[in-house]
Amino acid sequence: MLKQAKSCFAWLLGLSFTSQFALADDVKRWGVNMTQGVTDVSREIYGLHMDIFWWCVAIGVVVFGVMIYTMIAHRKANGAKAANFHESTTLEILWTVVPIIILVIMVIPATKTLIKVYDTSEPDLDVVVTGYQWKWKYEYLNQDVSFFSSLSTPQDEIYNRAPKGPNYLLEVDQELVIPTKQKVRFLITANDVIHAWWVPDLAVKKDAIPGFINESWTYVEEPGIYRGQCAELCGKDHGFMPIVVRAVPQAEFDAWMNKKREAAAAIAEAAKQTLTFDELYAQGEAVYQKHCAACHQADGKGIPPTFPAIAGSPIANGDMRAHIDRVLNGGQGMPPFGEQLTPVESAAVITFQRNAFGNNTGSELQPIDIVNFKQGL
Amino acid sequence: MAHGPAKGITRWLYTTNHKDIGSMYLWFSFLMFLLGGVFALVIRAELFEPGLQIVEPEFFNQMTTMHGLVMVFGAVMPAFVGLANWMVPMMIGAPDMALPRMNNWSFWILPFAFAMLASTLFMEGGAPNFGWTFYAPLSTTYAPPSVTFFIFAVHIMGASSIMGAINIIATILNMRAPGMTLMKMPLFVWTWLITAYLLIAVMPVLAGVVTMMLMDIHFGTSFFSAAGGGDPVLFQHVFWFFGHPEVYIMILPAFGVVSAIIPTFARKPLFGYASMVYATASIAFLSFIVWAHHMFTVGMPIAGELFFMYATMLIAVPTGVKVFNWVTTMFKGSMTFETPMLFSVAFVILFTIGGFSGLMLAIAPADFQYHDTYFVVAHFHYVLVPGAIFSITAGVYYWLPKWCGNMYDETMGKMHFWMAFIGLNLTFFPMHFAGLAGMPRRIPDYNMMFADWNMISSVGAFLFGAAQLLFLYNVIATIVSGKKATDRVWEGSHGLEWTVPSPAPYHTFSTPPEVK
Amino acid sequence: MATEGTYYVPEQSKLPIFASFGLFLTVFGAANWINGSDNGPMMFMAGGFVMAVVLWNWFSTVIDENMNGLNSPQLKRSYVWGMGWFIFSEVMFFAAFFGALYYIRNFSLPWLAGEGDHSSMTPEVLWPGFEAHWPLMTTPDMAANGEAAKVLGPAQNMSGSTVENVWSWLPLWNTIVLMTSSVTVHFAHTAIKKDNRKGFNLWLGITVLLGFIFLGLQAEEYIVAYNDMGLTLESGAYGTTFFMLTGFHGAHVTMGTIMLLVMWLRSMLKGHFKSDDQFGFEAASWYWHFVDVVWVGLFIFVYVFG
Ligand code: HEA
Ligand code: HEA
Ligand code: HEC
Ligand code: CUA
Ligand SMILES: [Cu+2]
Repeated sequence: MLKQAKSCFAWLLGLSFTSQFALADDVKRWGVNMTQGVTDVSREIYGLHMDIFWWCVAIGVVVFGVMIYTMIAHRKANGAKAANFHESTTLEILWTVVPIIILVIMVIPATKTLIKVYDTSEPDLDVVVTGYQWKWKYEYLNQDVSFFSSLSTPQDEIYNRAPKGPNYLLEVDQELVIPTKQKVRFLITANDVIHAWWVPDLAVKKDAIPGFINESWTYVEEPGIYRGQCAELCGKDHGFMPIVVRAVPQAEFDAWMNKKREAAAAIAEAAKQTLTFDELYAQGEAVYQKHCAACHQADGKGIPPTFPAIAGSPIANGDMRAHIDRVLNGGQGMPPFGEQLTPVESAAVITFQRNAFGNNTGSELQPIDIVNFKQGL
Repeated sequence: MAHGPAKGITRWLYTTNHKDIGSMYLWFSFLMFLLGGVFALVIRAELFEPGLQIVEPEFFNQMTTMHGLVMVFGAVMPAFVGLANWMVPMMIGAPDMALPRMNNWSFWILPFAFAMLASTLFMEGGAPNFGWTFYAPLSTTYAPPSVTFFIFAVHIMGASSIMGAINIIATILNMRAPGMTLMKMPLFVWTWLITAYLLIAVMPVLAGVVTMMLMDIHFGTSFFSAAGGGDPVLFQHVFWFFGHPEVYIMILPAFGVVSAIIPTFARKPLFGYASMVYATASIAFLSFIVWAHHMFTVGMPIAGELFFMYATMLIAVPTGVKVFNWVTTMFKGSMTFETPMLFSVAFVILFTIGGFSGLMLAIAPADFQYHDTYFVVAHFHYVLVPGAIFSITAGVYYWLPKWCGNMYDETMGKMHFWMAFIGLNLTFFPMHFAGLAGMPRRIPDYNMMFADWNMISSVGAFLFGAAQLLFLYNVIATIVSGKKATDRVWEGSHGLEWTVPSPAPYHTFSTPPEVK
Repeated sequence: MATEGTYYVPEQSKLPIFASFGLFLTVFGAANWINGSDNGPMMFMAGGFVMAVVLWNWFSTVIDENMNGLNSPQLKRSYVWGMGWFIFSEVMFFAAFFGALYYIRNFSLPWLAGEGDHSSMTPEVLWPGFEAHWPLMTTPDMAANGEAAKVLGPAQNMSGSTVENVWSWLPLWNTIVLMTSSVTVHFAHTAIKKDNRKGFNLWLGITVLLGFIFLGLQAEEYIVAYNDMGLTLESGAYGTTFFMLTGFHGAHVTMGTIMLLVMWLRSMLKGHFKSDDQFGFEAASWYWHFVDVVWVGLFIFVYVFG
């Protein structure tokens, strides 16, 4: 019994001691405590967390201390005789009032912090964050820049066929870039199911509810890369939709935005070109392996019944418009790729699907067809 | 006694006897505990190290969901109903439950309901994969077809719970022996009275929310779809209006069990009986106005956020009263540490630790960092495993001699305790760290920085599982070939149940006993 | 039936296990049916049949036991408690749906329209042009997507009527019918307490009749809604809450009417119930009053302030 109580106590003490080292980078592997983060709010929250933790430790020391004492001192084996008291109004009042006082002490700073977190007014920059199964879309409101961000860890690492990198599962193809020393407001929503956008270092965690906009904000002082994950069960790949935020000084941010705009213009421009069949096929194969193979498999055989085969698929061998529609707009369980792939990529992957895996329609598709389709032509 | 049990299988199928039904509930619950435990072991095996080794993400989600559902609805709730069936009539001097036939119905719905739920594992598209909290629209528009079976399974197990609860209330309010006033009832009876009230109040709400799901999925309604004017968050409000009282449904009877055991082995009356009763009632009341502490991150208006934070924190006060009362009961007692007492003492300590982390979660801004991480998983396993499960185990050891007339093997009992105690702390304590370091829950794979804690957790889980096999063996050995137990069983025991022979006769009281 | 000492202890019973099986078959069949399996309807029907037979036998047994004087006063009290708490559980079931209505009207719609300081961007980004009105005729989907919208609001709704044609407003008549029936069932109760068999049969008969009239009017209302008003389960939040609330209420009225009908037949055909022993009837009448109270809530929140 004694041992048991002791071990409990040791756990508690262990927690408090080790937490002192948690901040040092080199013990990251044995991370034991919440990050202090890089914003005012995140540090306040860390403070609240430590305050309430120490209160709990203190109460625990008293309660478990008395328990351990009595378990040693009042054993029958040691000849203890049982007393017979069973009531004391004074005690009852005391241990009702003292906890209430402690709670009030805690609640005041908590309320203050909460009010701060909720103050989303007067942002310098608005980013619309939309959760999709299983990627994020970032749109800089009224800035003509938007893109998708999805997991970039290769399947081989996940299935233990290749060694895992340090940012295993916490790396994306396109990071969200924000300026430092600016109030950035996140307008968070979702396209399908509920997700939650969480970056521990910013202490921002907000559910992405389809059909509603939730607001949150951050003000990052130091440039850096901050990683997080989707924090609401959203289906099969919930564990595989990370978030990476890169905070950079304003000037760098502006330059980045310009590059993004140019890239968007280039994509629009590229959509006007005409490609040869071989170009389309080759590029299509690359797109397929990157975006489609996870479900439809590299050999095009799929995983029926959940993920249909492309090889011999009635759609990939049938009406072209139906095929375009399925790829751009998705279907039951098939995500929409219309916004994620450029017209060139879409045209390429569809051409590829219609001519690979033994499919032999011979048909090809030009980027402009995709642009027209999107405009309802 | 006029007649004993009938022979053969029909004894169990047709029985109206509270002891038979209690036993069936307890065995069923143990079976479900093993099933839910196997699901947990699949989870822990996959999480043993980073990368996908054993199961695919899709199946992992089914395991998480089924584990939660089976443990909550299949293991813990029926176990407490089983204890209530056995003990409440004996403790208040009643011949049986108030409505014995309905009692049998309540039980026999359960095997059917869980067979239906388990069968979804073999259906096309797989079992429910949206978590035991089944948030819409993942559980509606995006759910596998088996969700329909899940919904109906929940409906009938809800009906079972409601009938069970009505029966317990009617028994307690109507069947007490003369002289057994309300404030003389053992605390186990009190806590169950209040639990039953909670059950009747919230199980219909659960039925309501799954009905809304059914309508949204198959009949085109818009409860949880913003396009039609509804709101996915509405689902969460209705669910947690049920869900939070539900977690107290799983702990209040545990308080009752522990309040019976500690005085026995401290050989000293329970300290603060009346305040225990009032504290239980306060917890029950508060449990109705704190539900949205599970939803701090959904984007509620700040007023709601604050209200639910304050109300939640208040629950620490009546719960604290209970903890302090137990400690004071032990104080200046004359204590021995047989297996039931070991489990009860561990209950007090570890439940309190779970309560502390609950209080941390209640701080809304801090919950923004804790929510949906392993810190939450650590919290609720501390209140559920060394909370609910330990108290049930303690209760079984404590009353088993009364049930079957034989004494269990004390050495094996102690071994079970220490294995369970160590296994459990190994499993669940590191989850606090993993969660604080940023590991989300419900994920089949994770970054290496969480690897070490997860490995320890997984080892602990298998140790804890092995301990349960020892328990099973010990219980069966006791029933088959234990030493004969005395009527009193424990030196310090008090109450009507200890005045009847061991094993308790098939019909305990044919005439009302005398209550002093 | 064994009566030992002063305590009642029933013997074994086959009813519960068959009831469990019947219940299982019913819901398993229903789930299969809804999911489009061919043998679903058969299973559902079979389950319903088993349930009906079991319940028939169960109630007959209970009645026989009571007629034979086997029920102690204590057991009778247990039945009273049982019915009371059962009705409480029904109250909570309806509370969930009233809660949903309240939430949709007071929270989700205003938020979708950008009211409240924490959701001002919602319509701007997602549902341009949406405004919150109740009854909800223009869904957010319609406001944002016009022709392409999938979730359309109703063409007309059921709420309040102008003063002139209030007498042709069906819900009002429904209210009158149901309120009256609550009074008549009470008269029946007083009658049986005074051992006035004829009065009992008469008042109870009228109550049952009123129950049927209510159901007929309700059916008429639904037909009009579907055929003429474009108001269906699928017409957004309004249709959803309207049909779910009135639908579950209607289902309960059906149950209640059947219960009262059975009581009436028992009295007419078998002369059951005595001035000091009529709990079967009382339980049904409590249920009836409960259904009536729910209707008052519906009338106010769904129709008048609709
Ligand atoms: C038996 C079950 C049980 C019990 C008893 C509790 C008890 C409590 N729980 Fe827990 N909880 C769960 C089961 C339970 N919980 C489950 C299953 C979930 C997760 C559901 C899911 O998402 O899947 C959950 C999640 C959960 C959350 C949501 C976390 C999140 O998802 O972000 C919160 C937040 O407030 C919370 C708080 C509390 C509090 C304040 C208590 C309090 O009742 C605790 C009170 C006890 C004490 C505080 C200790 C003793 C007191 C003293 C010694 C007195 C002095 C103390 C002080 C003044 C500090 N719980
Ligand atoms: C009362 C409820 C209860 C109980 C008792 C438990 C018991 C256990 N739980 Fe669970 N748990 C929940 C309720 C419960 N849990 C809930 C509600 C969730 C949330 C679900 C959700 O997210 O939707 C959850 C989630 C949950 C997770 C998180 C999953 C995720 O987020 O992805 C994990 C991870 O480790 C876990 C582990 C365990 C373990 C190891 C046990 C152990 O205590 C189990 C021990 C039992 C056994 C191991 C079985 C006995 C032994 C055998 C069958 C013999 C074979 C074994 C050997 C020989 C070793 N549980
Ligand atoms: C997340 C999994 C997933 C990914 C990634 C995915 N698909 Fe699909 N796909 C599906 C599912 C599921 C279906 C079946 C959907 C349906 O029937 O509506 C499907 C169906 C199809 C079909 C129709 C096949 C048929 O015969 O019914 C085509 C064509 C298709 N996908 C093309 C693509 C292309 C091109 C990509 C990549 C750019 C892609 N898919 C990526 C899941 C996926
Ligand atoms: Cu997206 Cu989890
Ligand atoms: Cu809760």
